[in-house]
Amino acid sequence: MEAKTRSKVLDWLDERLQVQVALSFLAKKVVPLHRHSIWYYFGGMALFLFSVQVVTGILLLLYYRPTAEAAFESVQFIVTEVRFGWLIRSIHSWSANLMVAVLFVHMLSVFLLKAYRKPREMTWVTGVLLFFCVLGFGFSGYLLPWNTLAFFATKVGTELVNTVPVVGQPLLIFLRGGEDVTGATLTRFFGFHVAVLPMLTTLVLALHLLMVQFQGMSVPPSMQDQEDRMKKMPFFPNFLLRDALGWLVALGLLAALAAVFPWELGVKADPFAPAPAGIKPEWYFMFMFQTLKLAPSHILFLEGEMVVFLFFGLCGLGLILVPFLDARSRRGERSPLFTAVGILMILYIVTLTIVGYLVKVG
Amino acid sequence: MAHGAGPNSSPAGGRRRFLNWALGGGAVGLAGSVFYPILQFVLPPKISEAVLSSVVAGKVGELAPNTGKVFKFGSKPGLLIRLASGEYKAFSAVCSHLQCTVQYRGDLSQIWCACHNGHFNLNGEVLSGPPPAPLEAYSVAVRGDEIVVSKA
Repeated sequence: MEAKTRSKVLDWLDERLQVQVALSFLAKKVVPLHRHSIWYYFGGMALFLFSVQVVTGILLLLYYRPTAEAAFESVQFIVTEVRFGWLIRSIHSWSANLMVAVLFVHMLSVFLLKAYRKPREMTWVTGVLLFFCVLGFGFSGYLLPWNTLAFFATKVGTELVNTVPVVGQPLLIFLRGGEDVTGATLTRFFGFHVAVLPMLTTLVLALHLLMVQFQGMSVPPSMQDQEDRMKKMPFFPNFLLRDALGWLVALGLLAALAAVFPWELGVKADPFAPAPAGIKPEWYFMFMFQTLKLAPSHILFLEGEMVVFLFFGLCGLGLILVPFLDARSRRGERSPLFTAVGILMILYIVTLTIVGYLVKVG
Repeated sequence: MAHGAGPNSSPAGGRRRFLNWALGGGAVGLAGSVFYPILQFVLPPKISEAVLSSVVAGKVGELAPNTGKVFKFGSKPGLLIRLASGEYKAFSAVCSHLQCTVQYRGDLSQIWCACHNGHFNLNGEVLSGPPPAPLEAYSVAVRGDEIVVSKA
């Protein structure tokens, strides 16, 4: 009886939506098993943390108020008065940070295993764009509680745009909603954070996931010739269940982090107070922040901060274009140069991040 | 095409080319008339502000020697310092590097920006760190019990 109903429902759907096509695709989808298979889990983990962000973000929207007068107090209200508000807000912050960390790992593993090579160039490009979207989420979300640290981080971060010749100034005014960081900036960042970026991200994410389905999982170049003989795991349900186990652990970790290390709210922003000692951005911007600190005031005839900003801008562009720059990988050859560049990049980011946290200034 | 010549050499081809241009031009015009107001909308209107040339930054006796305070100079922060000698100095508190608000450090007798560790001397000149230019200096006058700071 039950089986009969199920096939009836399936038939009904199939006549209208051709669900059999999707189901037979899912039944055939496999994941190759080899010594680097572990890295296949990180994309799914990022996706899970993103969905946590969507759910907790919508919940926070019920109480958050995006004005300079009310933002700090509304977050205070969420964490002190609203039932489980402390939990939701802390999970939103922790999950955001874990997501960035997982994305770093996901992107670096794809980079070092050269999974961006033909025919997956566009999967890589959309992936890097998603990474930039997530950094945008991080930067805009950081300001929303309207505390002192966020105020100055936003001031510095947006001021960097001003170092770009010609378009810098109008772009700065567009971002800030005026010449200075004010309530207008907060309202704009709120709009970016809850409307513009979610729309962009959803669109690019859909493309990214669709391409992953079309192309299947990439096998590292060193094992590509054994791909046909390689052991494979059915995606559904075997691989998905393993994914789900990871997500369950992540959910537990988020709850534990939120309970043991609740995210701080800090002090309400005062535009007429000096920047506090020990000011720092989110950890994933630390390497850029530290570079800005160490750069001399002038490099050749240009101002230091302009050189730093243009340097990181070019790095970002280079990152997007990696599959097109790496001609050897495209031809299926080994490309040690790009491995070396990747390792150098990791070393730079890790070193400057550590230096940023260890060095005391005064 | 029916006449065996290129698509643009026949009268029909000429009409086709004209229509393509008209349609394309119309599309560009439409796009422009949609995006121009949007672009104008996202750039905030200039709010006219009274241009201040001087402001009361504090009261005499408010600052102990070798301390400083941030005051409002219109919409921007300024820094008023009372030197150990009792003399007053004032600067723009906006760091020339990336616009953080600077503060006076009594322990160093220097002006300091916490954001990227820039140091300035008591004439506003850069001593160390990334700032590319000195702080703008203001002139200070004591009138009665008020400390008046003005743009030089």
